[in-house]
Amino acid sequence: MAKIVGGITTSHVPAIGRAIAGNLQQDPYWKPFFDGFPPVHDWLAKVKPDIAVVVYNDHGLNFFLDKMPTFAVGAAPEYQNADEGWGIPTLPPYAGNQALSWHVINELVEKEFDLTTCQEMLVDHAFSLPLKLLWPNEERCPVQTVPVCINTVQYPLPSAKRCFKLGKALGEAIASWDEDLRVVVIGTGGLSHQLDGKRAGFVNKDFDLAFMESLINDPEWATKYSIEELVELTGTQGVELLMWLATRAALPGKVRKVHANYHIPISNTAAGLMVMECAD
Amino acid sequence: MSSVRQKREIPGTAVFDGDLAQKGYALNKMCFSFNSADNRAEFQRDEHAYCRKYGLNEEQESVIRNRDVLGLLAAGGNVYYLAKFAGILGLDVQDLGAAQTGMTKDEFKAMLVAAGK
Repeated sequence: MAKIVGGITTSHVPAIGRAIAGNLQQDPYWKPFFDGFPPVHDWLAKVKPDIAVVVYNDHGLNFFLDKMPTFAVGAAPEYQNADEGWGIPTLPPYAGNQALSWHVINELVEKEFDLTTCQEMLVDHAFSLPLKLLWPNEERCPVQTVPVCINTVQYPLPSAKRCFKLGKALGEAIASWDEDLRVVVIGTGGLSHQLDGKRAGFVNKDFDLAFMESLINDPEWATKYSIEELVELTGTQGVELLMWLATRAALPGKVRKVHANYHIPISNTAAGLMVMECAD
Repeated sequence: MSSVRQKREIPGTAVFDGDLAQKGYALNKMCFSFNSADNRAEFQRDEHAYCRKYGLNEEQESVIRNRDVLGLLAAGGNVYYLAKFAGILGLDVQDLGAAQTGMTKDEFKAMLVAAGK
């Protein structure tokens, strides 16, 4: 059977792509962010995942407002990256695992999650940059991938409670897959930030730190908040913490915090990073 | 047309709901097209013609022409699609943040650094 080895949650910001391309990892602005990652590399070398299930939100690359799925799961042999309109360097394509994708789709629909399935899917910086941060020295991402996309573009968004349930069902689906492979669940987005409106630049360190801690000891804590409350507390894009919540929910039982990093600011964002290992 | 549900007021913030998604559809569709380098070049050759092609109304074309960030949001623009327009102009999200808050970019960046202390 497949084994979930743990979860990694990290921010995704387009500027990270420019920093990687410009080799700015040790630049004073970027160092506190990039220095968070070597312990994650060590952990990955130890747990050796074969597959990454990546929970992320598309930013208007693959999905437009003509058709906006609440939850979408990729089922493609390969996922292409693109420049997203800014001309940022495009990363090589990512290998899919269609067998696991369809297993996840079958199991989630069986559990009453009405998904959109994607046999072609462009993946944006929210998918590509975290994988590059985790495997910086490989030309191509060395693990196979299954993308799971949650809508944070157009409201209404799925509630925190619903995303938690999705994550739980996702974890159960992975664990019931009949192949001896090791799976890491990756959640990308957040933490607090707001790009748009007069409140642009809003961040909330106290809330972010409480949220990170809650994932270890009280994982359902954030599900008590409505989406509007989360936007007020964390910003219009801080609501991407939904990806962290779904990722934590996918990890069975108790988890151990392997590593965490938190730094303000990266671009307009409070950047968070956490590695959680399944306790058993 | 407006949604029936009571909306929560969040200072300085408008969530991109069905009302804004309807209002901004043409504007966002144009900005979505900027995922393609060919389309970005076509826009830059003749902005007016490109706005017409996507059916922007007068308000939307005016805020595009004036690079008016808060105006673009009020016209139904969604920040994720608008970011692609900003990319054409060589602006990043900190330029947008400064424009929306009335700060200089350096002031905006300093505000973020202070928030991390």
